[in-house]
Amino acid sequence: MKVAEILKGPFFFPFLFAVLILLFPFLFSNYYVGLAIQIFIMAIFAMSLDILVGHTGLPSMGHAAYYGVAAYATGFLYLAGVKNFWLVIVLGMGLGGLSAAFFGLLALRARGPYFMLITLALSQVLWGIAFKWRSLTKGDDGLPGIGRPELGLGIDLKPDLYFYYFTFALFLITLAALFILLNSPFGYTLRGIRESESRMKALGYPVWLCKYAGFIFAGIFAGISGVLWVYYSGFVNPSYFGVDLSVKALLMLILGGSGL
Amino acid sequence: MAFWIIQTLNGLSFSMMLFLVAAGFTLIFGLMKIINIAHGSFYLLSAYIGLTVLRATENFLLATIASSIAVVLVGIAMQSLFLRRFYMKELQQVLLTFGFVLIIADLCLWIWGGNPMALPKPSLFRGSIWIGNVVFPSYRLFVILVGVIIAVGLWIFQEKTKFGAIVRAGVDDEEMLRGSGINIQMVFVGVFGLGALLAGIGGMIGGPFVGVFPGVDMSMLLLALVVVIIGGVGSLKGAFLGSLFVGLTDNFGKALFPELSLFTLFAPMAIVLAIRPTGIFGKIEE
Repeated sequence: MKVAEILKGPFFFPFLFAVLILLFPFLFSNYYVGLAIQIFIMAIFAMSLDILVGHTGLPSMGHAAYYGVAAYATGFLYLAGVKNFWLVIVLGMGLGGLSAAFFGLLALRARGPYFMLITLALSQVLWGIAFKWRSLTKGDDGLPGIGRPELGLGIDLKPDLYFYYFTFALFLITLAALFILLNSPFGYTLRGIRESESRMKALGYPVWLCKYAGFIFAGIFAGISGVLWVYYSGFVNPSYFGVDLSVKALLMLILGGSGL
Repeated sequence: MAFWIIQTLNGLSFSMMLFLVAAGFTLIFGLMKIINIAHGSFYLLSAYIGLTVLRATENFLLATIASSIAVVLVGIAMQSLFLRRFYMKELQQVLLTFGFVLIIADLCLWIWGGNPMALPKPSLFRGSIWIGNVVFPSYRLFVILVGVIIAVGLWIFQEKTKFGAIVRAGVDDEEMLRGSGINIQMVFVGVFGLGALLAGIGGMIGGPFVGVFPGVDMSMLLLALVVVIIGGVGSLKGAFLGSLFVGLTDNFGKALFPELSLFTLFAPMAIVLAIRPTGIFGKIEE
């Protein structure tokens, strides 16, 4: 095989990209490794929002809610002495999904701009609670001093180098899971609802149930990113629920293209 | 008894300030379907500009006029230069207004710094008044009076004037309004300016007792959101009753259970959302 043929092959650039990501921590300083970790976590967050915005056509303005719920859960669990990562991530995803299940009941009754207004208000409610309920959440000071979790596999996550590979692995798993989910009949149904809700209804699809399920899935995957960000940064405060985070995620989707 | 009277009056004055902010938000949303996240920024900007003018001239009325003109100009510029290019694209409009939130907040932080400040009260209302055997600051009563006057003025404007009729028609069916030969862009700019003006006056009269500090823009937006969701988006009557409800609950919540004061505010909102997603006085979709 000639060099030119290899360059033209479909797997060359993905392969090069994968090699670059694996070698990245050895090529750049610690600062850039930290930045790359943030990119992976935010990618998970933006992908989870894309289930709603891109695939179902629901412009959620309050996606930080589920991220923040999982983040606070992680903080409380760590400070209570729970350091097992697998337990925390399952709880974080569960709580993210649970809060989405509750908010979805309220928000999915409205559509268009009303939907945006309600999701924005609901996420701000959580921000308000985190900000005001000082005896539990310490208010604006947040919960500092959260360390890295234990994996139970003999890998120490404390150095950023290992945490980098760990978040990258979780990013790939999330990517694969979302790919399977959104290319399943369920994913096609969501895109059908995005294109024409009335037609999907006429074809006999349970439109509300599918939207609701999409809403919950988005909450579950947002939970993963919330847990990871707390372990990366080491603290939680009400800004995890902030409007700016929800809006930034929307900007990420607009920049990268959504619904693909 | 004195506790209840004072807290009720405190709640009422907070409600009236809230009504000014929420009324502008609801007018803009009702007509243009823009979720103006930058609405609290009008409050912030107006209070800061008012503070500067007050320090220079010591005249509250002059400061109110100067800050009102400034926020109306900012509001008109936002609508006519930026938002009209994204007409009926709700998501883009929201992101754009969020950009304004960041710009205005950072500019204010740059110019006025990050320390919380309170506007001095107008000299006429620095004292307090005896109501029966309760002492109450007269400025709070002045705020209630201003709120009621503006509410009545808005009601007359909406129900009795031609421009008010055009706005009401636009809320109901904006396409028909355009079809009948009304220059809708001028109406949009006018309503956006009016919304900014109301939030700006809210900032001026709220400045002496709520204060002005970085972050007050978002907390005002949050309260305005709760008000319009409870009252119904696009309805001034809903905004008025919603403000009364939110202002009083917020005040009694803070006085009685300080830690859980936001629950007393948000639980009713969730209940209203569950029963009527468009609010008590909002119009039902489809």
